Amino acid sequence: MTIFSTKKSWINLTIWVLIIVLIIAAPSLLPVFRLNLLGRYLSLAIVALGVDLIWGFTGMLSLGQGIFFALGGYCAAMFLQLNSAGEFPNSIPEFFGLYGVEKLPFFWEPFKSLIFTLISIWLLPAIIAGLLGYLVFRNRIKGVYFSILTQAALLVFFNFFNGQQKLINGTNGLKTDVTQLFGQMVGSEIMQRWFFWISAVLVILAWFFARWIVRDRFGNILIGIRDDEARVRFTGYNPVIFKTIIFSIAGGLAGISGALYTVQSGIVSPQFMTVPFSIEMVIWVAVGGRGTLLGAILGAVLINYAKSLVSEALPASWMFIQGGLFILVVTALPEGVLGWIRKDGPKKLLFLIGINKKLETYPSLEINEQGEVKS
Amino acid sequence: MQLILESLFNGVAIGSVLLVAALGLAIVFGLMGVINLAHGELMMLGAYSTYITQLIFKQVSFLKPFYDSYVIVAIGIAFLVSGTVGILLERTVIRRLYGSPLETLLATWGVSLILQQFVRSVPLAYGSGLVIALFFGLFAPLFISDDLLQGAKGKLIRASTWGFSALLGVATGGILSSLVSKLSRASARNVDVTAPAWMRGGIDFVGITFPKTRLLIIFITLISVLVVIFFLDKTAWGMRIRAVTQNRPMSDCLGISTETVDIITFGIGSGLAGVAGVAVSLLGSVGPNVGGNYIVGCFMVVVLGGVGNLLGTILASFSIGIMTDLIGAGRLLTIWPEMPSPLYSTIDFFATTSMARVMIFALIVIFLQFRPTGMFPQKGRMVES
Repeated sequence: MTIFSTKKSWINLTIWVLIIVLIIAAPSLLPVFRLNLLGRYLSLAIVALGVDLIWGFTGMLSLGQGIFFALGGYCAAMFLQLNSAGEFPNSIPEFFGLYGVEKLPFFWEPFKSLIFTLISIWLLPAIIAGLLGYLVFRNRIKGVYFSILTQAALLVFFNFFNGQQKLINGTNGLKTDVTQLFGQMVGSEIMQRWFFWISAVLVILAWFFARWIVRDRFGNILIGIRDDEARVRFTGYNPVIFKTIIFSIAGGLAGISGALYTVQSGIVSPQFMTVPFSIEMVIWVAVGGRGTLLGAILGAVLINYAKSLVSEALPASWMFIQGGLFILVVTALPEGVLGWIRKDGPKKLLFLIGINKKLETYPSLEINEQGEVKS
Repeated sequence: MQLILESLFNGVAIGSVLLVAALGLAIVFGLMGVINLAHGELMMLGAYSTYITQLIFKQVSFLKPFYDSYVIVAIGIAFLVSGTVGILLERTVIRRLYGSPLETLLATWGVSLILQQFVRSVPLAYGSGLVIALFFGLFAPLFISDDLLQGAKGKLIRASTWGFSALLGVATGGILSSLVSKLSRASARNVDVTAPAWMRGGIDFVGITFPKTRLLIIFITLISVLVVIFFLDKTAWGMRIRAVTQNRPMSDCLGISTETVDIITFGIGSGLAGVAGVAVSLLGSVGPNVGGNYIVGCFMVVVLGGVGNLLGTILASFSIGIMTDLIGAGRLLTIWPEMPSPLYSTIDFFATTSMARVMIFALIVIFLQFRPTGMFPQKGRMVES
């Protein structure tokens, strides 16, 4: 089978061409402010890919992806803070002075190294996700219970980070936009352009990675777990291992996403671990089309762009629109926009409003020489 | 001794707020497997109902002599308001999503966002008008005999009851906004409910002061729990609800209208959220986000207690309440000062309200390692449930 033989591939190809043209054209077309926003949304698309892997493919609705997102952000911010702490007393980040801390807390030490930071950005969230996931999955906690537990875990982390002024500056968070990296200010225009490119490239890499995961037997088992976990278990597979691995991968993706988002928004704070933000990640995937990797990317970018446009024009109405989206997408559009397009949604819509009269109401049957219908 | 008693009282007070809030959630979750993320917002509606009731009692001349008893009236009103909104939610959204709990979870989150923004951007007077219109529109057909509701004429009658309810709602909104000026403008600011004089202060007993508001909340919780137990155990509809909780398809086969059971259960569950809202409004200021502060605690109670088990819900909420007080207020340190020093410093580290939450959630996750389905799991032979 060639790549472009099916209709699905054609839709995918069109969207990919659009995305790549947009990414290449954006830096010259958009003002820096908008470009920065687009870069942030592209980084959010990476966490959405993770959500799609665990929810769209494996059927586990995690409401706690904010934990891993924020952890990645904190790793990046701790490195940047240390990297430009030389000028402050005791050579430790400035905020420690406010709370009378003179010695760097022990867990900050390794973040002086760039290599360590680049690894820990994805490895630390992945390990924590793996541990948390293993403890939960081992006891066959799933469905709604899993969602609630992840939400509780999110609150645990939120309260912890929010309350620890002396360790990580508590509720104020860590600022990154005035820190130095390679002799440049992180918040400067030139650095932000670089971060945009890095985000764009990483989104595409993350897509390839996620696709590589789901297209083979591993992906089939994930879908099997989603559709009937007991049957997968009875067939001789151990769902716990697969669920833990995929949850850990999603955590790692969230960490990368959080780090990119942090350097582009200029701050990481416990606000990344609030309940609404983590549920929003789910709605990006739901609107884009769960179980379709491209849908996750599209959903994350489009909804966030719509959010910023609507909030600028009519601040009060975004909550109504967002709430309506949640209800609409689960009742009327369970496969998301991309799933709807792939299932001939536009044709049916045209038929409904009377423009297009031709509609295949049943799939064309394949008939063999004896005139029998192939099953 | 005194210290232990005081700690116990505080724990029970915290636990009873949790219990009254989690009671409705537990019933609905046990029966329908539906997690209602809008439960907190239904509590918020109950809290706002208390505020509106209070203002009306203050402003309307013939109600003024009864100002002291507005809290009692507010409980009834809050129950009806949240119950009405809950039934509307069940009829319009949740009914379409039975059998897919995760989708329900997302849809109810959407509803909660809409409700939050609604109280921010719609004047409370017209908001209450809308609730009244919904109330009469939804319930009026129950009081008209079935013969009249048949056929084309029936449709006309149904439509006219809705039209009449809408008129009633608009009229209420208009009257309220002209009577009470505070209700005529939309505002995102938090409002305060002031307790009537008889509820201020405390009662002294063996050297400890028990605040009266807390006592009232414990009392409200006690009554709610007793009423729910009575309803579930002694009435015909309660029996049907229990039957559907145990085995839905079989109850359906035996002629129980599961649809009606769902409506009633959801109505009662949501109404209880309203009652919880009254309790919450007595503790602090009321704002659009007030429900969010309690909702995760309620989930924890339901998960810890086990699904569909009232005793579990009660025990879970009181144990969470007492733990919160023991750890969060640092009372464990005062009760047992000579504990080993590593333990002492650990507990000291967690001795703030937010850190106590961290510890309690962590303890719950550990507990679920040993009893994954809560304290009192439902017995059954199903592999998957």
